[in-house]
Amino acid sequence: MKVTQAKSPEHFHKVVDCQYACPAHTPVPEYIRLIAAGRYTDAYMVNWWSNVFPGILGRTCDRPCEPACRRGRVEEEPVAICRLKRVAADNKDDVTGRMPRPAAQPNGKRIACIGAGPASLTVARDLAPLGYEVTVFDGDSKAGGFIRTQIPRFRLPEEVIDEEVGYVLNLGVRARLGERVDSLKAVLADGYDAVFVGTGAPRGRDLDIPGRKEAAQSIHIGIDWLNSVSFGHIKSVGRRVVVLGGGNTAMDCCRSARRLGGQDVTVVVRSGFEEMKASPWEKEDAMHEGIPILNYLVPKEFTHANGRLTGVLFEKVAAQRDADGRRQLLPTGEPDLHIPCDDVLVAIGQENAFPWIERDIGLEFDRWGLPKLDPKTHQSTIPNVFFGGDAAFGPKNIIWAVAHGHEAAVSIDLFCRGEDIANRPPPETSLTSQKMGIHEWSYDNDVSIDLRFKVPMREAEIALKDIRTEVELGFSRELAFKEAERCLNCDVQTVFSPKLCIECDACMDICPTDCISFVDDGEESELRTRLRAPANNASQDLYVGLGLKTGRAMVKDEDVCLHCGLCAERCPTGAWDMQKFLLETAKPKAQSCGRAAAPRMPAPVAAPER
Amino acid sequence: MTFLNKSRFHHPQLAPNALGLTRRDYEGAISTLCAGCGHDSISAAIIQACFELDLPPHRIAKLSGIGCSSKTPTYFLGAAHGFNSVHGRMPSVLTGANLANRDLVYLGVSGDGDSASIGLGQFAHSIRRGVNMTYIVENNGVYGLTKGQFSATSDKGSKAKKGTINTDEPIDMVAMALQLGATFVGRSFSGDKAQLVPLIKAALRHPGAAFIDCISPCVAFNNHEGSTKSFDFVRAHNEAVNRLDVILGRDHIEAEYEPGTAIEVTQHDGTVLRLRKLAEEHDPTDRVSAMNHLQERKAAGEIVTGLIFVDPEPEELHDHLGTIAGPLNALGDADLCPGAAALEKVNAALR
Repeated sequence: MKVTQAKSPEHFHKVVDCQYACPAHTPVPEYIRLIAAGRYTDAYMVNWWSNVFPGILGRTCDRPCEPACRRGRVEEEPVAICRLKRVAADNKDDVTGRMPRPAAQPNGKRIACIGAGPASLTVARDLAPLGYEVTVFDGDSKAGGFIRTQIPRFRLPEEVIDEEVGYVLNLGVRARLGERVDSLKAVLADGYDAVFVGTGAPRGRDLDIPGRKEAAQSIHIGIDWLNSVSFGHIKSVGRRVVVLGGGNTAMDCCRSARRLGGQDVTVVVRSGFEEMKASPWEKEDAMHEGIPILNYLVPKEFTHANGRLTGVLFEKVAAQRDADGRRQLLPTGEPDLHIPCDDVLVAIGQENAFPWIERDIGLEFDRWGLPKLDPKTHQSTIPNVFFGGDAAFGPKNIIWAVAHGHEAAVSIDLFCRGEDIANRPPPETSLTSQKMGIHEWSYDNDVSIDLRFKVPMREAEIALKDIRTEVELGFSRELAFKEAERCLNCDVQTVFSPKLCIECDACMDICPTDCISFVDDGEESELRTRLRAPANNASQDLYVGLGLKTGRAMVKDEDVCLHCGLCAERCPTGAWDMQKFLLETAKPKAQSCGRAAAPRMPAPVAAPER
Repeated sequence: MTFLNKSRFHHPQLAPNALGLTRRDYEGAISTLCAGCGHDSISAAIIQACFELDLPPHRIAKLSGIGCSSKTPTYFLGAAHGFNSVHGRMPSVLTGANLANRDLVYLGVSGDGDSASIGLGQFAHSIRRGVNMTYIVENNGVYGLTKGQFSATSDKGSKAKKGTINTDEPIDMVAMALQLGATFVGRSFSGDKAQLVPLIKAALRHPGAAFIDCISPCVAFNNHEGSTKSFDFVRAHNEAVNRLDVILGRDHIEAEYEPGTAIEVTQHDGTVLRLRKLAEEHDPTDRVSAMNHLQERKAAGEIVTGLIFVDPEPEELHDHLGTIAGPLNALGDADLCPGAAALEKVNAALR
């Protein structure tokens, strides 16, 4: 097999599963160690540089990091990464002094960001301190976009939004709120050097079945309804509510309805419970609040009498595979089910809509109504117009919007400086030995065997009384320390130097998870079968060292490495070393205004006292 | 040495053996020997062998003397019986234990100081008596605990870490074991588990005195140029006589070999030892041939490893003494106090 090169960051980046899975590549283990060390402010800033909204994401993120977490392959559950992020936000000191300062002088370039959601705000955050004059437009009176309008307050208090949106706006960003842009042509005519479109996917899908018109008063589109709830336009709902749809919006709808007077709230999905798009924990939270989720029911008709909704009629279906192996929902022939209700919330998906973009200005759309974009640079067919967030590639989530924002900001910066935007700057990486003494490392390598800790919740009775009462209380500092200790420090890499190895087998013998083998070299697929433990997880790379005296290869399966460093401790010659790999994705750098970028990564973390 | 304990987490696909135990269940406490010590490798090989043989850990007795090697029983088979005896006295303690309870599997672990110097006599007599045991000498050629003086197995001409040349003749424990009548004699190298693990398995299954001399480089004091017990020197001069497969009774024998290239030795319990020949003139079932081969290759400067001699029909101490078949702790009142008639019989025999 090919030797794994320590110089190429890709292998080590992949080993840090959480960071690799995070669209914004937040250095997760780094901030978790800072939390364990009680350095909440530092932990917050590590997050802030990467994902801009730590307090918001610490409550609402879709957490692609957690299914990726190595801990989930070693024991039952991954580290509670998302909720640890909230701990950093909850416990930090005043961070205003650590924020970048608004640019001392403008660089003469003007950028318009349309929509004040996470993607636009990320673009503004990355560009404003460099001297760009960034103007953010939004039809709503407050910035935040879907963060503010879609996520119910019991999951995300308004102060958290105000604070973190404020950090961005305070960088000298001009916010033109309450000003809905209704013509891209007009914006372009204003002479902006670049325009960023971060308008989200604002149109909720409707359900056109019999009775829709007649009972229209009691049938609401989920995202519009959440928006009205969020701004206080809707304060109550009927006693019996049916929520149609199985995504996270449906979960927010049903839980909101529960707090606005809905006593008998039911979620109904077409497909199976397992196939629902909602994150498992959101389903769990809804059911915890006494909301049943019924599956394999296809809505057939809104029943009504005297112009009032009386309920929803459902056809019972079952999943079957057709001749081509495709999954289909076929009626079972059982009698239809009628669920009586007073209100229906339709949360069956959302769509992009760009009615404000003229079709004759050179901006091309694909057949799904999405703008034609370069997937890396986010550039549209008008060279100075860039897209990000849900507006770019369809509905995703906040952390993807942030990642898009960073990429678009890099593009806009290159574009405005007249450089090739396809020539992306590489991420900044470092690999540093963590050795402090013979058996001392600058990280806590004693692997905790605790199972995942649950985030304390407010009692349901109190939580359901007011939609503004936050349900989750967040980890206490003590619980956060214990949960943080579950992190395996996957960014502290096992780095092997074949030249130093005497093949004493010590590392192989001590490894708790049988990751290390010394075997005859071979092709990867065949090599994977004859290691000390079978390397069946092909998504995890093998780390290969060649050039040993006996001609054998050192092959390490990265899959379930605990990063405990015992291989390095047992190595008599220092052929193994534990080295911390830090990766920060490229961001626009202060070049035009001649100011050095502030140091972003805090000083190393010492292992906590036990 | 390490301060951390090895995590209890293990590979999710770690296979259990017939007893439902994993290899991790055969481990002991974390080693306090120097990082990279050959002895730790031997401990790992013992763990692997006992796991593969499905031995219940609590039916094994591990005994040792004093020295780096004799510390190692703490680091494997945490659930086994253990006895850390006086320096060089492991063989007599093991002999006594074996006489009292012949049902346990006896594993003696010793070093070149413990067995070739202070315990040379004990070693010799336990082998000579044919005690049913596996006797492993972890042979590094130096006194590691006292900073690397030459031991009795150190080769003449071998260089110490500080440059002194050894002027004394070495004791070859394999040659001694052959001469003293051991019914199983092997030599291996801590850096070659592919050879060592089957050898330990075969020895544990051998119903007689089984002796293994295992060269085990001392990374702290005897792994330099000029040493004849270093990783590099042993790898360069290792001359394996055969490759051993241990085929347990339950396993199906599949591979066929050209006549004359492999011999099979079936032990009493049905275990088949298949020896794939690497040295043409060596016959592992012929003691004289084995002794000759050993001396020839030694004169040529080679280190002979592998299963050097095995007696397919071994006898052991209990056979010679005609002892009762079970362990003494299982004897009941009737066995212990056979009554006046039995006494009369004994007395009559002495008249």
